[in-house]
Amino acid sequence: MRNTTFRLAAAASVAALVLSACGGDGEGETTDEGDGNGAATEDTGAAEGDGEGITIGIKFDQPGLGLMEGETPTGMDVDVAKAVAEELGYSEDQITWRESPSGQREDLLESGQVDMIFATYSITDERKQRVQFAGPYFVAGQDLLVPSDSDISGPDDMGDAILCSVTGSTSAARVNEEYGVALQEYGTYSECMEAMSSGVITAMTTDDTILAGFAAQEDYAGEFKVVGNTFSEELYGVGLPKESEQCEEINEIIAGLWEDGTMDQIVEDNLGAADYTPNAELNPPEPGGHCG
Amino acid sequence: MLELIEQFNVLGAFWLNIRLAAVSFVLALVLGTVVAVLRLAPVGVLNWFGSTYVTLLRNTPLTLIIVFANLGLWAQLGLEFVPRDRPNFILENNFWLAVLGLTVYHAAFICEAIRSGVNTVPVGQAEASRSIGLTFPQSLREVILPQAFRGAITPIGNVLIALIKNTTVAVAIGNREIAYAMRNMIEFRPDAGLLIFLLVAIGFVALTLPVGLLTSWLSTRLAVKR
Repeated sequence: MRNTTFRLAAAASVAALVLSACGGDGEGETTDEGDGNGAATEDTGAAEGDGEGITIGIKFDQPGLGLMEGETPTGMDVDVAKAVAEELGYSEDQITWRESPSGQREDLLESGQVDMIFATYSITDERKQRVQFAGPYFVAGQDLLVPSDSDISGPDDMGDAILCSVTGSTSAARVNEEYGVALQEYGTYSECMEAMSSGVITAMTTDDTILAGFAAQEDYAGEFKVVGNTFSEELYGVGLPKESEQCEEINEIIAGLWEDGTMDQIVEDNLGAADYTPNAELNPPEPGGHCG
Repeated sequence: MLELIEQFNVLGAFWLNIRLAAVSFVLALVLGTVVAVLRLAPVGVLNWFGSTYVTLLRNTPLTLIIVFANLGLWAQLGLEFVPRDRPNFILENNFWLAVLGLTVYHAAFICEAIRSGVNTVPVGQAEASRSIGLTFPQSLREVILPQAFRGAITPIGNVLIALIKNTTVAVAIGNREIAYAMRNMIEFRPDAGLLIFLLVAIGFVALTLPVGLLTSWLSTRLAVKR
């Protein structure tokens, strides 16, 4: 009996050695090595440190900003993320994209499931208690999306018309508190668009970038326009875990992207179809001051 | 915790859940009984109608039903329960659209609960009522259903507990109930973390536990002694 146990253990450690010998480059083999306990496993763990990728959190459902189309992410946030990752030394195929819905962003960063987040992530004091922000890389503002032939110029101008926004968003809360407008809230902006195309709802409100993204969609081409009269400032930052040391480095990268015209190109590529131009007084922003 | 409750009107939000549950439960009880009668009736077409209703509604996700009530019935077809000029038109109309969705969905479950109650009534009861000359509606009203309801108290209580928790789906069309308050808390007080979930969970336990206790007590108390 004792003899058999010893043989099994010996066989297992040999198997572990063989596996670890050929498991230098891939990640697939590492799971198998759990059986062979001992030094062999630790060695391979350390050996794989150099070829690591990066996990970036984006929105999967916002056209023009962060949209997952099949396997390919598109949008402004995605392009900025790619540019920043490239400067940090990660090629595009080293990036793992992960969905980061608004309510889960702090948790995803704190638990280490993502390394950084580019997802229309506005810098606020409450959030800074749990995460740090590089940037801002862009300044958006709350605005209205209205039918192309409408003459509504702002939330004060709504009259009896019904406004739409998303539950639990800063935009909805601001309209609720500061303007006495009839507000229909849904779970997603797509539902707002659905109700808007049936005409029962007149306008939709959130950051102008998101609105431009929807207006630029092929399905709604020419039907809606962004009013262009922002009534808030949203500083889009790069969400980072508190313990990250890349914050200042990313600030410099962002400043560089604005200087060499990359940012202008990214905005034009993604939101240009909706005739969207960034607020010139606030862009380019001054990155920094939100680290730590 | 207290400041969270105050800042996000947690009590008012729970009150809306209670109102949604109470109104929908009463309406679902009525509608569910009607559908149950259809399923029990000795008329083929009515049977077919009853079982189609149950199969269709019971197997459709509640979120879909409630979102359809808003986007389909209101946005597309213009169904409005309150006049447009009311100051809280959107909120009031959405309340009733949610009640509509919750009612039609849970009526299917109530119907099945009542049918299970009918199965507890011995066949002899129906035969006896026929033999003393009662018509089908009469025997249903005077003999079968009163006993069936008493046998169905526990399953109906289960439906009520599910209904109370399902009222959180009403946030999908913008009702400002507790799931709405929770989304806002998560968005604006990320520092509060797990406390938010704890708060909502405690609230629901406080709402549903008494219902469970009450139904167990009622079901023994009102059980038909045979």
